[in-house]
Amino acid sequence: MATQLAPIPQVSAHKVEREATGWASWITTTDHKRIGIMYMVTTFVFFCLGGVEALMIRLQLGAPNNTLVTPETYNQLFTMHGTTMVFLFVVPMMAGLANYFLPLMIGARDMAFPRLNALSYWLLLAGGIVFYVSIFWNPPEAGWVSFSPLSNAIYSPSGGEDAWIYLIHLTGLSSLLGAINFYVTIANMRARGMSWGRLPLFVWTILTYSVLLILALPVIAAAVTMLLTERHFGTHFFDASEGGSPVLWQHLFWFFGHPEVYIMVLPGFGVISEILPVFARKPIFGYKAIAASTVAIAFLGFLTWAHHMFTAPIPEAILVFVMLSSYLIAVPTGVKILNWIATLWRGTIEFKTPLLFCAGAIALFLIGGISGVFLATFPIDWQVNETYFVVAHLHFVLLGGAVLPIFGAIYFWFPKITGRMLNENLGKLSFYLMFFGILTTFLIQHVMGLDGMPRRVYEYDNVGHLALYNAISTVGSFILGAGVLVTIINVTRSLKVGVVAGPDPWRANTLEWFTTSPPPVNNFDVIPLVRSAEPMHDIRREVEQRSSGRGGSQRAHDGVTVPAGATQVGI
Amino acid sequence: MGHLFSSTLAFFTPSSGASPNAKQIDSLYKITLYAALVIFVLVEGGLAYTLVRFRARKGAVAAQIRGNTRLEVGWTVAAAVILVGLAVVTFAKLSSIQDPSDSGPEGDKLAGESGLLYASSDQKLPPNGKSLNITVIGRQYIWQFVYPGANEPDGLGAPYSYEEMVVPTNTTITLDIVSEDVVHSWWVPELGGKFQAVPGYHNYTWFKVYKPGLYRGQCAVLCGRGHARMIATVKAVPPAQFDAWLAYQKQLIAQANAAAQVARAKLNAQTGAGQVENP
Repeated sequence: MATQLAPIPQVSAHKVEREATGWASWITTTDHKRIGIMYMVTTFVFFCLGGVEALMIRLQLGAPNNTLVTPETYNQLFTMHGTTMVFLFVVPMMAGLANYFLPLMIGARDMAFPRLNALSYWLLLAGGIVFYVSIFWNPPEAGWVSFSPLSNAIYSPSGGEDAWIYLIHLTGLSSLLGAINFYVTIANMRARGMSWGRLPLFVWTILTYSVLLILALPVIAAAVTMLLTERHFGTHFFDASEGGSPVLWQHLFWFFGHPEVYIMVLPGFGVISEILPVFARKPIFGYKAIAASTVAIAFLGFLTWAHHMFTAPIPEAILVFVMLSSYLIAVPTGVKILNWIATLWRGTIEFKTPLLFCAGAIALFLIGGISGVFLATFPIDWQVNETYFVVAHLHFVLLGGAVLPIFGAIYFWFPKITGRMLNENLGKLSFYLMFFGILTTFLIQHVMGLDGMPRRVYEYDNVGHLALYNAISTVGSFILGAGVLVTIINVTRSLKVGVVAGPDPWRANTLEWFTTSPPPVNNFDVIPLVRSAEPMHDIRREVEQRSSGRGGSQRAHDGVTVPAGATQVGI
Repeated sequence: MGHLFSSTLAFFTPSSGASPNAKQIDSLYKITLYAALVIFVLVEGGLAYTLVRFRARKGAVAAQIRGNTRLEVGWTVAAAVILVGLAVVTFAKLSSIQDPSDSGPEGDKLAGESGLLYASSDQKLPPNGKSLNITVIGRQYIWQFVYPGANEPDGLGAPYSYEEMVVPTNTTITLDIVSEDVVHSWWVPELGGKFQAVPGYHNYTWFKVYKPGLYRGQCAVLCGRGHARMIATVKAVPPAQFDAWLAYQKQLIAQANAAAQVARAKLNAQTGAGQVENP
């Protein structure tokens, strides 16, 4: 640890612009780092709200025929929970991480469109507020999938459903503008020498995330607009009695909804692909395979939406096609997992908190991936779909594919954002609580589903061992909640008392570690020439050679920045 | 040991056993489970072994390996082969799950008698074309089951029941699933998979029960605040008992209709209102 706190190279960027302070400077900022911080803080607040909703759901289900909340409140709780976690936490949290780190990782001084970037954030916040003020009137209660006709004006007359529609529109617009911004930034603003084959893997996944958002969001925007006109202006897109089709809603929703899953997990995969090599002290195994599998998953992700609709009245040809395309998508996903294990293989693994979160994420995601094969097989899906088996599946996928990587990213990048380390002991405690909390909560839910407990029910009879299983699950959810709480405490504490990190505490590979922690407004004084997928690795080696007296003469022609930040060749 | 294994297995498998399609889904599930367990143990074991074996130790140096094309192509192909295998097994089992089989010899004779059977043209029927076709109607928050046997051509007067579907054993039952308001989903776990009831659409499935008894299920798609209480029960009884029940049901409905007609006539006479059309 001590050696890491005096990293090599030393400072290579200087504060050349005076940093504005005060609350007004945050509201008017167009700095990608400040916007990134606002994204991350905002989405984490929503994560906590969604978590409280989840705990209330688990409290209600903790005992059979419980009467803690009314059926109305219960439906509102799971609608808020699902919507919050998807639209207000995972997707924008990934945008927040990308906002802060993407320009740094590719050696850019800001995003391509800084003002558009600020607009993205404020649209997200507006969407979140529109949605959450509905709790003072009538929150939506048709589930995060809002199936029509249940979501139309007859069966869901309250304005909560409209709040949900505006949330989708506002956060969708936010994500769409953000995605265009990420794409343009990656395409145009990479450091010299950073060809596509040297792009950090997190940046690859953000590129794919952006393309998925650009292609999928217009579909849901159209769908919720149709729902809005159906609710208020008498259109009949989804009304069977007037020639519309409720199945159309399912198609439109899932045509967006399935790519949305990859929108949530691919950046998580990117985080894992960045963190594992750093702590295994090895290059990533199969860079090209991982980048290619990311793109393959994104493409196939658009061909599998109807596997959410196996029980709907759809033709058998579609059932078969979607089963096969869903199997196909398991191949690149499986390949990623094996590549990660091969990255750890023969490494010297340092068990720091970020590594633990990523290793735990792989272990949990695998469970979700395997149960996904069951769900892709449509006759099996007929039995287990819409039960707690699916609830378990999706939580393993999203907790493993997105949430644990996000926590890994918090521990990995907190030193860069704040200049201080998070406490390792609290971090490990948080990880173990979350990891075993997740296992306790969700493993048993597979069995609940197999025993016939449908999802989205506010109460259940004590048939078989359902009471016991649900009690176990409820206990687990509070262990998970405690784990999250430990990280919150850790973050709050470390802001003031954390060990000063220095520019490169982990001896990592990518360019964000080339600047100070926290980085100055302009990010870099000089932008180094990139010669591999691990530029910092090259720079460190260069510096070590030079400081040991060898290779000092190369300075004039190798294009590597000198640690003191003075001389730079190649710009 | 064997008992422990089978009870562990039962823990991780769906309830099944009462109908051939549910049994076939169960066996398909188990085959997938065996393959999944092998992969689960290999990959999680590999991950755990790697983490322990290659933890940072004094003097250890990380091998700077960037990839191995042969290995990567190898495991990509292996993953694909496993999935092709699963697809083949699924297709082999598909028809026994989807296609209704004939009623047993001791099944109900009612099924298949002309005039009692009216299935839609895209509904799958058993090879001999004979089944007891029941229309399942989803409604917030109750299931209605309409049996064949209408005494009027427009389907009126058909015997029906709510919440509890009574069926004869050893008889192929085909279901025509519809909804009158929002999307519901028919599901009795022991009698096969679930199928959505969507307004404006017909969805079909089938089952055949061997043992008399009660089979419990409930709506499986969120349909509103009463979703958790939208229960469906299937009561399987010997064919003779079923015939008696159906006849009694018809008689009750006829009696109720007659009583309603009398009441209506009386009301009309009292108020002098115009004739209310007989529904």
